[in-house]
Amino acid sequence: MTAASKKRWLVPLLVLVAVLLVLAPVDLTGLGLPYPGLKRYGTYIMTLWLVTAIAAMGVNLIVGYAGQETLAQAAFLGVGAYTTALLTKAGMPFGFAFLISGVAAFAIGIVLGIPALRVQKHYLAFVTLAFAVLMWLVFRNEQWLTGGVMGISDIKRPSLFGISMRPYLHFYWFVLGITALLTFALWWIIRSPWGRAFTALRENPVRAESLGVDVRLYTLLAFAIGSAYGGFAGALYAPLVEFIDPNPFALAPSFLFLLMVVVGGAGSFIGPFIGAAIAVLLPEWLRFTQGYYLLIYAVLVMLMMAFCPGGLVGLYLRLVAMLRRQRVSA
Amino acid sequence: MSTVLEVRDLSKSFGGLHAVQEVSFDVREGEILGIIGPNGSGKSTLFNCILGQLVPSKGQVAVDGKAVTGLRPSQLNRLGVSRTFQLLQVFPQLTVRENLILAGQEHRGSRLRRLFGARDAGLTADANRMIDFFRLGHLAEEKAGGLSYGQQKLLDAAMAFMAGPRLVLLDEPAGGVNLTMLASLKERLQAINKETNATFVVIEHNMEFVMSLCTRILVLAEGRIIAEGTPEDIRRDPKVIEAYLGH
Repeated sequence: MTAASKKRWLVPLLVLVAVLLVLAPVDLTGLGLPYPGLKRYGTYIMTLWLVTAIAAMGVNLIVGYAGQETLAQAAFLGVGAYTTALLTKAGMPFGFAFLISGVAAFAIGIVLGIPALRVQKHYLAFVTLAFAVLMWLVFRNEQWLTGGVMGISDIKRPSLFGISMRPYLHFYWFVLGITALLTFALWWIIRSPWGRAFTALRENPVRAESLGVDVRLYTLLAFAIGSAYGGFAGALYAPLVEFIDPNPFALAPSFLFLLMVVVGGAGSFIGPFIGAAIAVLLPEWLRFTQGYYLLIYAVLVMLMMAFCPGGLVGLYLRLVAMLRRQRVSA
Repeated sequence: MSTVLEVRDLSKSFGGLHAVQEVSFDVREGEILGIIGPNGSGKSTLFNCILGQLVPSKGQVAVDGKAVTGLRPSQLNRLGVSRTFQLLQVFPQLTVRENLILAGQEHRGSRLRRLFGARDAGLTADANRMIDFFRLGHLAEEKAGGLSYGQQKLLDAAMAFMAGPRLVLLDEPAGGVNLTMLASLKERLQAINKETNATFVVIEHNMEFVMSLCTRILVLAEGRIIAEGTPEDIRRDPKVIEAYLGH
């Protein structure tokens, strides 16, 4: 397939996906369509999926595109969530809190990245691991600020142009709009010369450096931008659940973010959305198995790594290629 | 003619091993200097010290009269010093054209401008010219990882020239390349040298290649320069013959 023919169906497809996402929770029976929409809980799950996907996009930039490691995305989510909760409770507007959440995560990303830069990769993983533990302790133990294990409750949802985002449907559309903006921003970065430099430092940092690519600076930028996506996701997570405590920002959820990017397909643009869908929906689907869902998830991940290291997107591309070969030979 | 590269009393030791010892030489503008020597004579270490991949234990390096000792490779590259590697070093997941655009983009405007500017940093035309020059036209859209060894070697060389460098250090450009491809590589290198007046330093084992490409040759043995001169002088030098044939 040529690049041009690929582009021709891309725009209609994007429009279709956008329409489907906007209408997903809406009851269409009034229009004569046999689709009852989603209830409060279903819409909540959809919103959670979007928020999770934003954070996963950040991990994908760090791991999939730039070839670095991060085990702290849930901690950055926590930084964003607590920042937004505290600032909005102090009377600041949500938009301001949202920006500060991203900026704070970006700044922490820079500070964390600097000591790990000389060695990259695994050492960055160790530094982020330590940071994830540290942040969890801060969220849990600094009661004066974070409310400790009791957390922070009654986090208000924002208003936009005088319209309250309090109804679940409004909030879903609000998050969908921000997700679209952040997705566009990341797409822009990845297709710019920066994205090429990120790929270069993943594939061959020594050669990249010899071509004038400042490997240290780009590593730092990838890590900080990816972490900022964690902060943005946290800023949406707090008003979504309206109550935050330290548990969703612990070490295990950080590992889960890495896993969902790997399962979805690291280094593919839609991989994080698929990985996040699985991470959010699988516990729902496997609820009948009760405590076994993590076990099943773990086995799935292991099978995936053994037989399809490109993740679900990689699996799909392989199937398409296989079918095409069959059609050609037939 | 001005001096492009000056190396003064350069030494590099790894513990007790003195890989490079007090090496000094100059390279003039437009010159093609060959550096030869048996395995383990310190050629690659010398290269890596000049290029900032290793920090020399002692001595200075200057490019166009400007001291560059201790600069990182990316800083050196932006001053116009470029290189190829002994082992293949292209970006396999990027296309041939993307590899070339990458090789030039860090020389174009500020980093922030590049983020908001054109996707190709305005380099598609330059990349296409380089693709034609190295006769890779039919492969422009192919992923570099799918090219043959010789073609990747040509791409590797093309990438080194993408930013219009003043000085190019080529580390065994002929290694593993078949005879047809070798002739084409040599002819392209000579053409680019004549066209742009770029200065080359070449490390090479293939004597035939080095003797016909270079205008002057340094011979390194056990980390020291043991001979210097035109290809003809070097061919006849008994010290060189001894270094190669052993004791």
